[in-house]
Amino acid sequence: MKKSLQITVNGELNQAFVEPYYSLLDTLRDEMQMTGTKKGCDEGDCGACTVLLNGKPVCSCLVLAHSAHDGEVITIEGLANGQELHPVQQAFVEYGGLQCGYCTPGLIMATVGFLEGDEEPTDENIKHALGGNLCRCTGYTKVIEAVKAAVATTGRKTE
Amino acid sequence: MKRFEYLEARTLRQAISMLQRHGGNARIVAGSTDFLVRWRAGLWNPDHVINIQRVAGLGRITYSARNGLRIGALVTIRTLEQHPAVRRRYPALAAAAASFAGVQVRNLATVGGNICNASPSGDTIPALLVFGAECRIVGPDGERWVALDQFFTGPGQTVLHAGELLAEVRVPPPAANTGSHYIKHSPRGAMDIATVGVASLISLDGRTGPCSEARVALGAVAPTPVRAYAAEDILRVQALSGRLIQVAATAAQDGVSPIDDIRGSAAHRKEIVGVLTRRTLEQALDSAAKGPMVFEEQRRLTIQAAF
Repeated sequence: MKKSLQITVNGELNQAFVEPYYSLLDTLRDEMQMTGTKKGCDEGDCGACTVLLNGKPVCSCLVLAHSAHDGEVITIEGLANGQELHPVQQAFVEYGGLQCGYCTPGLIMATVGFLEGDEEPTDENIKHALGGNLCRCTGYTKVIEAVKAAVATTGRKTE
Repeated sequence: MKRFEYLEARTLRQAISMLQRHGGNARIVAGSTDFLVRWRAGLWNPDHVINIQRVAGLGRITYSARNGLRIGALVTIRTLEQHPAVRRRYPALAAAAASFAGVQVRNLATVGGNICNASPSGDTIPALLVFGAECRIVGPDGERWVALDQFFTGPGQTVLHAGELLAEVRVPPPAANTGSHYIKHSPRGAMDIATVGVASLISLDGRTGPCSEARVALGAVAPTPVRAYAAEDILRVQALSGRLIQVAATAAQDGVSPIDDIRGSAAHRKEIVGVLTRRTLEQALDSAAKGPMVFEEQRRLTIQAAF
């Protein structure tokens, strides 16, 4: 049976009326028309659906939508300030951290989550933080370069 | 895929009464990282899903030198990974948590879920086993304690009765001069299940003294995670050497009868048990003598991906 729920997405309160088996991902994409977040594997292997839920990166395909009731979600649509890209987005553009772009929203949200956490942005920690995101075209070298550039522009120190 | 009714419990009492009412074919979820995947695949078909994520009081983790570690069932794997006392006192457990899936899953998945799913390959389980973890189970008749090595009865099967749920795990404080390590061998370095996971713990009588306690636990090589008692018996009370560790590793290898599956053949798994038992014991011995490694270094040694 469908039930109503409310989630604050990118600062805006959204309501939806969804079945209990709806994932947060399907609710964002199909009910709230926020299709920036991508569905890759739909089983928590690829990281394409990564969003921040209450400040932490999660696979939105695994989250029961109702379990995110009253939560705060930040998606890729919530990063840019008008026409001005978020520093992580800007770095991915400048360093060519994407080709087809399908994995990019997930990689960028995972990066934003990592930079908002308190781990030192060493190469090893960056790779560990992005280990859950698959990219099948660019490879990861340019992604890591982009993340390091974002670290520099957001003022986070590397060791 | 079968439709289900969705319920949320806010207190333990409420969760237990929901389980009593709907227990026949109800499933508890918290982080739900396994639930939707298995429901979509038609593997789990509950009539009722009881979400306990907002049950008060189960999300705490505390450490004291006297009582050790208390981990509420709703503590996430990510919290376990980052907890300073876990990193310092229970390094194999912190490393096992770090090897678990990816950060996007660790932020959701709970310790209680990893235990109650009772997967032979659950990453936190071998580490919790070597530290002698105990489970606080609550149900309609009050609470009871079960040692973790008595908790599993088969793949996906536990000693939980109808109406019961796991509330907390307690892990005794390790003795002085204790070292521990976990190695996870899997095809992919993240978001993957262990082909074999091995946790070892060594306690020394003084920094150089004989081995006062040795524990080895194996994941993904039997219907449940298992202790390698034969290997432990070889090491306990002995002066440890590389040679004796090899004898214990061979005993662990000889004692398992794993299965073939997509991640590895039975023969491959058996070999890996021997190798990982030796490596984890060597590392545990080293840490017992010299103190714990830096976390990032231990994490690097823990995740042993084939590719």
